[in-house]
Amino acid sequence: MERIEVLKTYKLYIGGQFPRTESGRYYIPPGPDGKMLGNICQSSRKDFRNAVVAARGGLSNWAKRPAYNRSQILYRIGEMLEGRKAQFIDELVLQGSSTADAKTEVEAAVDRCIYYAGWCDKFQAVFSSVNPVSSSHFNFTVYEPVGMVAAIAPEDKALLGALGTILPIIAGGNSCVLLASQSKPLCAITLGEVLATSDLPGGVVNLLTGFRDELLPFMVSHKDVNAFVASDLSKTDLTKAREESIHNLKRIIHHQEDMATAESPYLILATQEIKTTWHPIESSISGGSKY
Amino acid sequence: MPDPNPWNYSPAPESAKQAKIATRYEHFINGKWTAPAEKDYFNTTNPSTGKKIAEVANGTKADINLAVRAARTAYEGIWTQMGARERGKYIYRIARLIQERAREFAIIETLDGGKPIRESRDIDVPLAANHFFYYAGWADKLDYAFPNRKATPLGVAGQIIPWNFPLLMAAWKIAPALATGNTVVLKPAETTPLTALKLAEIIADAGLPPGVVNIVTGAGDTGAALVNHPDINKVAFTGSTTVGKLIQKSLAATSKRVTLELGGKAANIILEDAAIDQAVEGIVNGMYFNQGHVCCAGSRLFVQESVFDEVMWKLKRRMDTLIVGDPLDKNTDVGAINSKEQLKRIQSYIKAGINSGAEIYQPACELPAAGNWCVPTVFTNVSQSSIIAQEEIFGPVLAVQTFRTVPEVIEKANNTPYGLSAGVWCDKGARLFQISSNLDAGVVWGNTYNQFDPVSPFGGYKESGMGREGGLHGLAAYLQF
Amino acid sequence: MKNQSAPKAAEHARHKITASPPVDQVGIMERAIRFTTRSIKDEAKREGLLRVLSMIDLTTLEGADTPHKVRQLCYKAVHLHDVIPNLPTTAAVCVYPTLVKTARAALGDGGPVKIASVATAFPSGQGYLDLKLEETRRAVGEGADEIDMVISRGRFLAGDYNYVFDEIASIKKASGKARLKVILETGELATLDQVRRASDIAIAAGADFIKTSTGKIPSAATIPVTLVMLLAIRDHHYKTGQMIGMKPAGGISTAKLALHYLVMVRETLGQEWLTKHWFRFGASSLANDVLMQVAKLEDGLYQAPQYFSKD
Repeated sequence: MERIEVLKTYKLYIGGQFPRTESGRYYIPPGPDGKMLGNICQSSRKDFRNAVVAARGGLSNWAKRPAYNRSQILYRIGEMLEGRKAQFIDELVLQGSSTADAKTEVEAAVDRCIYYAGWCDKFQAVFSSVNPVSSSHFNFTVYEPVGMVAAIAPEDKALLGALGTILPIIAGGNSCVLLASQSKPLCAITLGEVLATSDLPGGVVNLLTGFRDELLPFMVSHKDVNAFVASDLSKTDLTKAREESIHNLKRIIHHQEDMATAESPYLILATQEIKTTWHPIESSISGGSKY
Repeated sequence: MPDPNPWNYSPAPESAKQAKIATRYEHFINGKWTAPAEKDYFNTTNPSTGKKIAEVANGTKADINLAVRAARTAYEGIWTQMGARERGKYIYRIARLIQERAREFAIIETLDGGKPIRESRDIDVPLAANHFFYYAGWADKLDYAFPNRKATPLGVAGQIIPWNFPLLMAAWKIAPALATGNTVVLKPAETTPLTALKLAEIIADAGLPPGVVNIVTGAGDTGAALVNHPDINKVAFTGSTTVGKLIQKSLAATSKRVTLELGGKAANIILEDAAIDQAVEGIVNGMYFNQGHVCCAGSRLFVQESVFDEVMWKLKRRMDTLIVGDPLDKNTDVGAINSKEQLKRIQSYIKAGINSGAEIYQPACELPAAGNWCVPTVFTNVSQSSIIAQEEIFGPVLAVQTFRTVPEVIEKANNTPYGLSAGVWCDKGARLFQISSNLDAGVVWGNTYNQFDPVSPFGGYKESGMGREGGLHGLAAYLQF
Repeated sequence: MKNQSAPKAAEHARHKITASPPVDQVGIMERAIRFTTRSIKDEAKREGLLRVLSMIDLTTLEGADTPHKVRQLCYKAVHLHDVIPNLPTTAAVCVYPTLVKTARAALGDGGPVKIASVATAFPSGQGYLDLKLEETRRAVGEGADEIDMVISRGRFLAGDYNYVFDEIASIKKASGKARLKVILETGELATLDQVRRASDIAIAAGADFIKTSTGKIPSAATIPVTLVMLLAIRDHHYKTGQMIGMKPAGGISTAKLALHYLVMVRETLGQEWLTKHWFRFGASSLANDVLMQVAKLEDGLYQAPQYFSKD
């Protein structure tokens, strides 16, 4: 007798847990051949709010990790991804990619993890500065994570776009809540499973599925969100985002680059604050003895 | 044997003779003094006497249009065509000319804004010259500032500056914009337009091509016309958080780049092992510098309980020695409040502080009869939730709170929407850097306060702004890649 | 009982000494510069200059000092520049112990000018304690009103603060009624933290004055060093109500600089200290520069040194 396949229930990833949406709502995005992809959670603003709380909770731990440790965890994400290549390829194919394209995308995703893993403990050295002030002070400028970042994954390239958005954010010590591609949500959820087994502390990355139109207003207006990142907003949405950002002067970062292909340390800097510290340098007071 | 006669300082006023001030100033557009389209002028007054100094053109949309057109033409026709090194040499010239006329600038800054001549002479003017000198050198070295990236200018920058450091803020805005190859339309604050207009004289003397720097004077409407002009590519604003937010909103639908340098309510934290006398000096510099009209003023003082009595005793004594009065007197420590409106605002905060049950201390000092004056003020027994501990007062009013432990003070210090600056006083390096790295602030002064330098980036976290000014990191605000 | 409590108190004082507060040198320098930007004009200048004259310990401390030289010094202390009427006398003359007798004979008893004598193996302090005590007693016996002792910097730098404390306390006892000035020789103490610690030790051990320098090494009184010492005096006054005097010495040779010191004392300790009872300048050439400035205020002309007698 033929074995009955066990189907997967797609969930959200919040605070290291895999809940379904509190709203009980779901949507069924169609695949390319019209076949339903599954009952995907249609996250509510409350799910977003909960994810922000989780991300805020995950932030201090993550921001304070040594850069080397963050680097190893990003590398670990790459390792875990490599191990589940087949699953991601299957999902990408389900979502409409050719097998060859899917394979390329997954491999690029693994490599993207390794790329940013390497930057974790290097970008600070490349972009920080020691500033030669005229007074007797030691003055240096370093980057610090901007904090809790809400992000929207590009609609295309479900895996690489999502990872390309998340990785520079977390490489720099931020936590984030990512809204997955609305039409191609499968890999984002599976990505949560990878993250959950990658030594990444719970809450650092939180993944939601649902409708961009519904969640965007809350993502850009929530006053405990320090920055908002996206790359394929419509002009109307971008204007809305900028207008709503003023409640807490949220940083609105709308990348010009295609997040599926772009990789650069400047993308890490996009969600960094710049801190300059001063401290006096004393000099010797004495001229010494003559006798 | 003790001599009963007190020894006090005689008046030592700086002579204002060196300052050449015209009775009327026009806009500086396309290298020429240009009368306002509406033929409307407003007065700029000396806040220490209330007397009119000069009248200044009131800018309207028509004037802004003219200025932006000049800046655009200069951008496309001249400034971007010129070699970067030549561009730098023009900026160096400006720096040198400011140095040559430093005394005149200091006097006018003090006359127009009310700040003590000691500060305009020793801080504002030299730093402004230094700022031009610093950024001049960047003009032909931008390729080294952004590894693996090609930087190009944005175009025309619209810049709006506040009244607390009129010349210095003009320098902070103009110098990096020019060095990166942009052209500029600058709007100075309406209560302090004179040094920017004197700077226009220098820009003309330096032979800068017409239209590269344009200065249009006026109030909020003039600024709004500039911000909303369709042909500017960049807005740089320093001022209140409220206005900053309005600007951000009004530009939401455009592709204009924005940097905002906004308000603050900085924590200045004194730990028990600090060098208390120097910390007290830092409290005074942090709060009473420029009458407290400083966005990064250390207006929330946190003192560890074990040294609270000593700190307050010393602080009050030090405040007793502050000389409040004629800003032109070389011995004056605290000058005049910039405007009547600002004075009223400060006074209402002082009243609110008293009503909140906080304990007020003001040193005894005689204030001049005319002009806008506020005695340096400190409130103790202040609640964290009190309005004087929450809102930016922008005047010489300090709110003191105590704390017991380091985690407690970090939490209290960060418990504000602002994040511009902070101070930490602690003799133990390990602890100082623990605190400094946990403060949400763009500038942290360890065992010092209110230090500024052109090489040092300045700017805020959270609602204190976006972007940096100064240093290598100040270049990015005027470039695209 | 009494004998037991005294050492205990001393022990307590010593314990406190080792916990001198930290000093931030850059902050001190910044404050110091602020004093020098005060502009002293007109009446404030005249009054300040006269006050400086009245605070000078007119000093000669040379191997070549002779009775004749000291007698001239004493005359000058009383008659600074008789061309200008109503000038004050200097606060004191300062001489080696062997010349105290000469000075006393020249100045007589009960006059306005005190006699200060260096003692305790001045300037190095490298001497036997019993000889230092004897030297102190002899100088006082021969007419010194004030003793300017040096601390044992070698012991201090070796960390033997108790020794330094005890030595000062014993010299204080040997000084009897004479006021004791304790010279820290700050130029040998290397850091302002050390200057503060030495100041605290000297004050706790009974100094009436603390004094910066012997004038015998290149690094003598400076505004920052003096400020640190003034702050030690102020803290002591805050805690105990007791006033201690201050004497910067060496390197202050211009009227302008002396006025900066007055500004510093005024703004750090207050008006009460602006008298010769609580503040002195140890100087040999300062008086003439101040006199030239006073004369300039009198007749409006820029002066030349040859119109003012050197000794």
